[in-house]
Parts: sequence; C-alpha cells; structure tokens
Amino acid sequence: MATIAHEIPQVAPEEVNYLNVEHGWKSWLLTTDHKRIAMLYLFSITAMFFVGGLMAVLFRINLLQPEGIFSPETYNRLFSMHGIVMVFLFLVPSIPATLANFLIPIMVGAKDLAFPRVNLLSWYLYIAGAAFTLYAIVRGGVDTGWTFYAPYSSTYSNSYVLAAAMGIFIAGFSSILTGLNFIVTVHKMRAPGMTWGRLPLFVWSNYATGLIQVLGTPVLAITMLLLAFERIAHVGIFDPNIGGDPILFQHLFWFYSHPAVYIMILPGMGVISEIVSCFSKKRIFGYNFVAFSSMAIAVLSFVVWGHHMFVTGESVYTGLAFSFLSFMVAVPSAIKVFNWTATMYKGSISFDTPMLYVFGFIGLFTIGGLTGLHLATLATDVATHGTYFVVAHFHYVMVGGMVMAFLGGLHFWWPKMTGRLYPEGWSKFSALIIFIGFNLTFFPQFILGYLGMPRRYQSYPPEFQALNVLSSAGASILGIGYLIPMIYFVWSWKYGPKAGNNPWGAAGLEWQIQSPPTTFNFDETPIVKEEAYNYGKLEEILG
Amino acid sequence: MADAVMPVAHEAISPEEEIYLKHHFATPGQQMDADTLGMWTFLITEVLFFGGMFASYAVYRNLYYGAFASTSKYMNVTLGATNTAVLICSSLTMAMAVRSAQLSKRAQLIRYLFLTMIFGTIFLVIKAFEYHDKYVEHLIPGLGFQYEQFPQYEHNAQILFFLYFAMTGMHAIHMIVGLGLLSWLAIEAYRRKYNENYFTPVEMVGLYWHFVDIVWIFLFPLLYLIGDR
Ligand SMILES: [Cu+2]
Repeated sequence: MATIAHEIPQVAPEEVNYLNVEHGWKSWLLTTDHKRIAMLYLFSITAMFFVGGLMAVLFRINLLQPEGIFSPETYNRLFSMHGIVMVFLFLVPSIPATLANFLIPIMVGAKDLAFPRVNLLSWYLYIAGAAFTLYAIVRGGVDTGWTFYAPYSSTYSNSYVLAAAMGIFIAGFSSILTGLNFIVTVHKMRAPGMTWGRLPLFVWSNYATGLIQVLGTPVLAITMLLLAFERIAHVGIFDPNIGGDPILFQHLFWFYSHPAVYIMILPGMGVISEIVSCFSKKRIFGYNFVAFSSMAIAVLSFVVWGHHMFVTGESVYTGLAFSFLSFMVAVPSAIKVFNWTATMYKGSISFDTPMLYVFGFIGLFTIGGLTGLHLATLATDVATHGTYFVVAHFHYVMVGGMVMAFLGGLHFWWPKMTGRLYPEGWSKFSALIIFIGFNLTFFPQFILGYLGMPRRYQSYPPEFQALNVLSSAGASILGIGYLIPMIYFVWSWKYGPKAGNNPWGAAGLEWQIQSPPTTFNFDETPIVKEEAYNYGKLEEILG
Repeated sequence: MADAVMPVAHEAISPEEEIYLKHHFATPGQQMDADTLGMWTFLITEVLFFGGMFASYAVYRNLYYGAFASTSKYMNVTLGATNTAVLICSSLTMAMAVRSAQLSKRAQLIRYLFLTMIFGTIFLVIKAFEYHDKYVEHLIPGLGFQYEQFPQYEHNAQILFFLYFAMTGMHAIHMIVGLGLLSWLAIEAYRRKYNENYFTPVEMVGLYWHFVDIVWIFLFPLLYLIGDR
C-alpha cells in the first residue's frame, strides 16, 4: 500500500504464476493454494447455479398457463430443488468460497489462509454435499420446499428427502470450515502494519460472515441430522404422535436460516464497498461505520429468526419482540447504503462494468431491504405471508443483491485472477440485460403477492396470467443475461488481452502484486503503512 | 514495492523450530496462535452443534416434566457416575500428556496417552452395557418401546429416551474420534515427533478431549438425575 507508484517489472512473456506453475489434474485436485481452491469452487458453484437455474426455467414455463403444464407433484419438486440448490450450493458459498478465498490472504498480506489443507477439505465436502443433492435430483427430487418443514419432511413426503438433507448436512461443514479459516486468518495472519482499522471492508464483511457461518451452521447440521434420523427410524423429537413439536423444527431451522440470509448478503456488501471506492476514486465514506455495521449485522442476525413464524403459533409478545429486532437489523444495512452513496458524492465516477453492477445492487438491494420491513411488520406480514410478495422480496435481496455483487466482483477481480481482460462492450451489455430481465421477472411478483397469489402453487386463477407471463418473459431475458458472461469469461480466459497488474488504478494490496499472482502471493511479506482506500494519495503520486 | 519492503523483524527462529514451521507462517509463535484459535473456534461450533439438542431438551423438559422425571427410574445412576469419574480421570491423564510433551519426556507422553485411551475405552464399554440394558428393557424408541410402570407417560417419555440416545450417541461418536486422534498422537510420539519445540497437536487434541469430557459433565445430571429418587 505504501508502494503504490512502483509496479513490479513485468518479466514478459512467460512469467510464473499460480495457474501455470504446475499442470495436470493432480496439481489441481491436491492443491492447497487458496487461489486454486477458489477456482475449483468457482467452477463448481457456477455448475450448481445453472442446475438451479434450469429448475427455474422449467417452473417459469409451467406458470405461463393458469392451469399449469406439469403435474403439481413435479412442480413441487422443481421449486424445492431450485431453492435447495440455489441457497445451499450456490448463494452460501458464492462469494466467500471464491472471491474471498482468493482475496483475503492477499488483502491481509499473507501467503495463504491459516489452514490450507482444511481449505481443500472444505471443497471436497462441498463436492460430496453437491453429489448427494444431485443424486436426489436425478432420482426424482424433493418436494418439501427448501425449508424441510417437519413433520411433512420427516414422515409424509414421498420424495428423496434423506439424500438432500444429507447433502445439506455435509455442505454445511464445508461452509463452517471456510468461515473458521477466515476468522483465524484475519486474526493471526495479517502482515506487519495491517491493523484492524486498515483492513479492506471486503475483509471485514467476510469476517462477519465467518462468524455467522461458524455460529449458525452447526445448528442447521444437527437439525438436519435429527430430521434424517426421524425419517429413517420413524421416531424422533419432531413427531407430533409422541408429543413432539413441529414448531421446534422451525425454530431450529430459522435460527440458522435467518442468519444465513446474511451469509448470502454480507460478502456482497463487501464487494460493493471495494468497487464503489475504486470507481469513484475516493476513500470510502465513514470507514468505521461500514466496518462496524458488518459486525452489527452479524450479531443482530441471530435474534430475528422469529419473523418467519409470525403466523405459525408464536405468541403475540414474541412476535412483537422479533418484529422490533427485525427493524433494528435494517439499520446497519441502511448505514451501508448511505455510505456508498456518500462515497460517490463528488467522486470522479467511471462507468466500468463492475460499477454498473454496483448501481444495480444499490437500487435492487434497497427495494429488497425496504420490502423486508413490510414483512417484519406484524399486521402486513399476516396479509403477505406465504405470497409472491415474499418471493419477490428475497429475490431482490439474494439475486438483485448478492448475484449482482458476485458478478460485479467477478468482473472487478477477473483481471487479477486470470491476468486477462474481458470484452468491455459485451460485459456492459449483459449487465444491462441482467438488470432489465431481473426487474421484469420479479417486480410483477410484488404485485402478484399484494393481490394475494400464494407461492408454491402449480396453478392459479386466470386473472393472474398477464403478470405471470410477464415474469416468465423476464426470466428468459435474465437467463440470457447470465449466459453472456459465461461465454465471454471462457473466451477471455484464453484469448482476452493481457490486463497488467492494476487495470483499474485501484488501491489495495492485491493490485500491487503480479496478475495472476504467484503461488505465495508476495515475494516478501509486505509492510503496510497506510489506511485502505487512500485514493487521494494515489492521485498525488500518479499526477 | 521494492523500496518499502524490509525484512520482517521477528524473533530469531532456531533450526530446531524451523523444521516444524509451515511455509505460510512467519514464526512458530504465529503458527501456534493460529492453531490454537482455530481449535477454539472449532470447539465453539461443537457447542452449537450439541446446543441444538440441549435446546430441544430444555423445551420438552418444560412441556413434559412429569414424563421426563419418570425416566430417572430407568437410568443406571451407578454406571453413569462411574463413567463420570472415569472421564474426569482421563482428563487428568490427558493434561499430564500435554505437560510431558512440553517437557520433551517421550516415554511419559506415550504412557499418559495410553492411560487416556484406556479410560476412554472403559467409558465406551460401560456405555455399551447401558445401551444393552435399555434394549433388554424395551426402552429404545422405535424398537418396541414399552413403558408399563407409567402408562400415562408412554408417549412423552419416548422423547426423553430419544434425546438420551441422540445426545449420548453423539457424545460416544466424539469419544471414538478422540480415541482415533490419541492413537495417532501415540504413533507420532513414538516417532519422536513431539518435543519442547513442537507439541501443538498434543495440546490441540487435549483441548478436544477436555471438551468432550465437559459435554458429559452436562449430560450426566440432565439425563440421569431429573426425577427425585
Ligand atoms: Cu429472516
């Protein structure tokens, strides 16, 4: 960071980097290099994204007609598998296991994560979990919804619950190990001078994510285990026949799955902080507030799970408390949005592709967040609970937020990860297509939910058809929007123009090393003498 | 970046320490710190893993106190208390093993590791006898559960017995993993791997072993001593 003006001399044309240092499948499958493991994850989660996407394509086709096309059984399995694959096998690992895995050691000035072999183990666990889930899909899928509510899942469902539950159980441990590795790395592996106050906000947000992964996921794991046991042995603690309480399952499930929502958004917020600062050429506004808000989100996320159960036999006073706390957790998120906006104020903004995704993120996440407040309000939740309003709300956060941030981050750091540039025109075009397709898909669902269309039904009254057709049309545009980057990234990997070490003129340790980095990232341990995002200084030096 | 990068000032590393230092750490101290924090973080995840079952226990014990209390008549407190004592002894020998490793006393280290394994095995054998008794008395939910003495509690008592097997079973699995780790330590100790320069694995397994013991310290009163007798 102190050495922004000096570039490492390029040893053209054949410099050694983490990609070409070794060849052959063994060098990948047995690697302990965090950057290679990040790449393994990137391929795996992209594959899962398209599996989950395929399910969405199919059920959006079904919803073109009020009476549906598939049988209700098939439809139930399609949306369930879509949710399970997208949540547990794509969104949860998306940014932490790929971008953060690649970047955190570099950003803190270390050679690797604290436990490189544990990092590789986490990828194998992910693959094992994905294999179980794919087995469930191939055999005919699961029809419980991604929430696995008992006793339907434990007793009555006639689908492959066991395989999917085991898939989630195993993939959960991969998530735990990733979080554990990040926590220890941030605590113990920082380079000299890299104080907590100088950490990039991307590191802060992934540190907070790590805390949630470590504290929440084990509860999901034991819940899935108890559920699986109940399904196998026909006896257990959720079974109402012996006095078991199905609501207990929901409590345990949401104790993980609400914080998991923040596993699925905090890393994206970290990406936005990095990009917004770089393309405004300005220090982030209110660094301490943005860093602290990540921690506040991590803490508060654990005390709001009851807002999923307002209409499930929870007492009024419990509902009041959870409603109030859910409003509280919106505050740190809002702080972030204000600070990103203030960062852009009077900045010299450039409209490169990553920045376009930031604009998309801020707009869509704000809509998703504010509609979350509608759902946190007891009275309005009673009206909109279980409708498409909820579906639209969490897709605005998860897809409009996290997927936008993931794509923005991928475009931002792609030159660092591969050493190549992608086609500027195509990338801007696809960002636009994704934004349009997304809104066309999900905005009508707000209206549908408001009008009372329940989620998870294969058929619907004819008056809802126009909005549903609009949504399906949007989904096809969105799908094309996602395919375009797939194609040009593959092209860029091989034929893209060389990017150089710092194509964006960005601050941050990762931009001062070679692209792609060498296996150990730094030739010598760097010594950090400045705060993050010192773009004022950067301007001075570069003139 | 060349001008700003200076050799990192840190404590001198002796050649004996150097062989144990993994490439991505700067100093043995950093390596030890990272391993320790990693282990503690892992133990926190374990607390939450068991926590799901403890929470369920709390809920149902509140709902069905009478049924839960009635199960104490069927629990073998003598065997449970014996096992508690066995595990406390094993914690002592484990602590002695760590101390021996720190002092480079190899023979002592191996001896204490074996003692710990023996205590662990005694625990599991006693536990197996208890499970067998429950089977004979038809107290395993799902396997012809019978509860003739308190027919009014027949349904709800099954929840306690399910939790009993889930919690002690999960605990036993952790014990078995611990025995595997101890055997590995014993082999490595035999190969002269541990001395005052490097004993982190012994210490880490020690933390794990103590954690598993502490879980039992909670399980024993919660499962065996609910009702007054
Ligand atoms: Cu929630």
